[in-house]
Formats: sequence, structure tokens, C-alpha cells
Amino acid sequence: MNSKRRKVLQFTALVSFMAGSGLLSEADAAEWNKAAFAAKSMDDVMKALGGGLPEKSDAVTLKAPDIAENGAVVPVGITTTLKATNMAILIEKNPYMLAGYFDLPDGTEPFVTTRVKMGQTSNVYALVKADGKWFSAFKEIKVTLGGCGG
Amino acid sequence: MADPMRIRATEKDGEIDVKVLMKHDMESGQRKDAAGAIIPAWHITNLVATVNGKQVFAAQFGPAISKDPFLNFKFKGAAKGDEVIVSWEDTKGDKRTDKGKIS
Repeated sequence: MNSKRRKVLQFTALVSFMAGSGLLSEADAAEWNKAAFAAKSMDDVMKALGGGLPEKSDAVTLKAPDIAENGAVVPVGITTTLKATNMAILIEKNPYMLAGYFDLPDGTEPFVTTRVKMGQTSNVYALVKADGKWFSAFKEIKVTLGGCGG
Repeated sequence: MADPMRIRATEKDGEIDVKVLMKHDMESGQRKDAAGAIIPAWHITNLVATVNGKQVFAAQFGPAISKDPFLNFKFKGAAKGDEVIVSWEDTKGDKRTDKGKIS
């Protein structure tokens, strides 16, 4: 085995060992919110997330295409002028509405982009939590090829 | 252990832009196999990013996050050369931690 490959394997082994034995500090991840991800309506999602129903706000911007070429990979971004502590993406017509939930500690910009699966044409909601209250923006994204496996 | 993530972190005017591309099937639990049985859900649930011991981002993913999850977030308070450490955990308890240097 050449020495470079050996070095990589040794490093990988060391990191794996450290991660496995808890020496690498993986900062505490918040408990996965099972209830929120099992919810089928916005009411139920918000009940599980806490903070009440979101108020529609121009201060929240949802960046997403009007038409999703591929429902399995739809880019969705949220930005806001509010001092956001959390963000969430909800897809109305998906089997479970909540796609993702994000924590933004102090010093982190109010910005997130990811890619989601959409089963069919649906309203997509960008939620922003600021000062303990939720705000939202939404748009309809048309999907020609559903992304949930149907 | 799962395949490594790709982490790209760049600093500009004090703001660090982080892009992460993870390798994960993110099975939604909605698909059926050839025999008609549901393929069970299997997806990343939690993700945490830290820099210099401080948490800079955290996420909870549901099954609707796309396969090979992509994440882009930004933060302030670190410098070129610092390392962004990203860790995720999935529904099977599988974990992955990778680092990317801010350039």
C-alpha cells in the first residue's frame, strides 16, 4: 500500500475511533421532533414546534422555483430581515408537512437553502421564528414529476 | 460508516458561507419495492455544525429532504483556517462527522 493511502486510512481510523468513543465533541443536537415530522396539517406542525401559528409577513422571503422540473429535488431557500432564531420549510400537500427545521444561533445569518421532495404541486411555506413568534411567506410550486415515489 | 460529506466554507468580509453536500439515500418511507412492500423510511434526522467549539447551525430533517442532502448557511465570527465540523445522525443511529477548513 502506498504511504499516502496508508496516511489517509490511518487518519480515517483515528477520526472514526475518536468519533465513536465520544472524544470528538459532537455538539448536542436537539432531540428530533418526532411529533412535528409526523404532523399532517400546519396546525399540528405548529403545535409540535411551539410558538403559535405563523403570521404572513413581507419580511420573510421564500426563494424557490415556480415550476419544479424534478419533484425529488426542489431547491428552497429562506431569507428574512427579521432577527431569526429558527426557520422551517412546510410543504402543504406532502404526506407530512414539515420538511426541515433549522436552529440559527447568535451570529448565524438568517439564511438557509436546501433541497426538498414534493409529491405534487403544492403551496410551500417558509417559516421564520423571531422573538418567539413565527412569521411566514408562501408560494405555489408546480410539480410535473412527483418526488415522493409515486 | 456512511460516505463522507463535502464541506465547502469560504470567508468574505467577515461572513462565512458554508455549503454541505451529504451522501444519504434519504428514503422517505413512501416508496414501494418491486413486490409492492413499502421501503422503510431511512433518513438523516439531526445535523449540527460547530466552529471553534461553538454551534453555528443545527437542523432537523424529515423524510422530505432530498436524497444526498444539500445545505447552505452563513455565519459570522470565524476566520480563514478555522474548521467547520459537521455531524449528522440518521434514523438507524448511523452517524457521520466531517470537517472543512474555511478558505
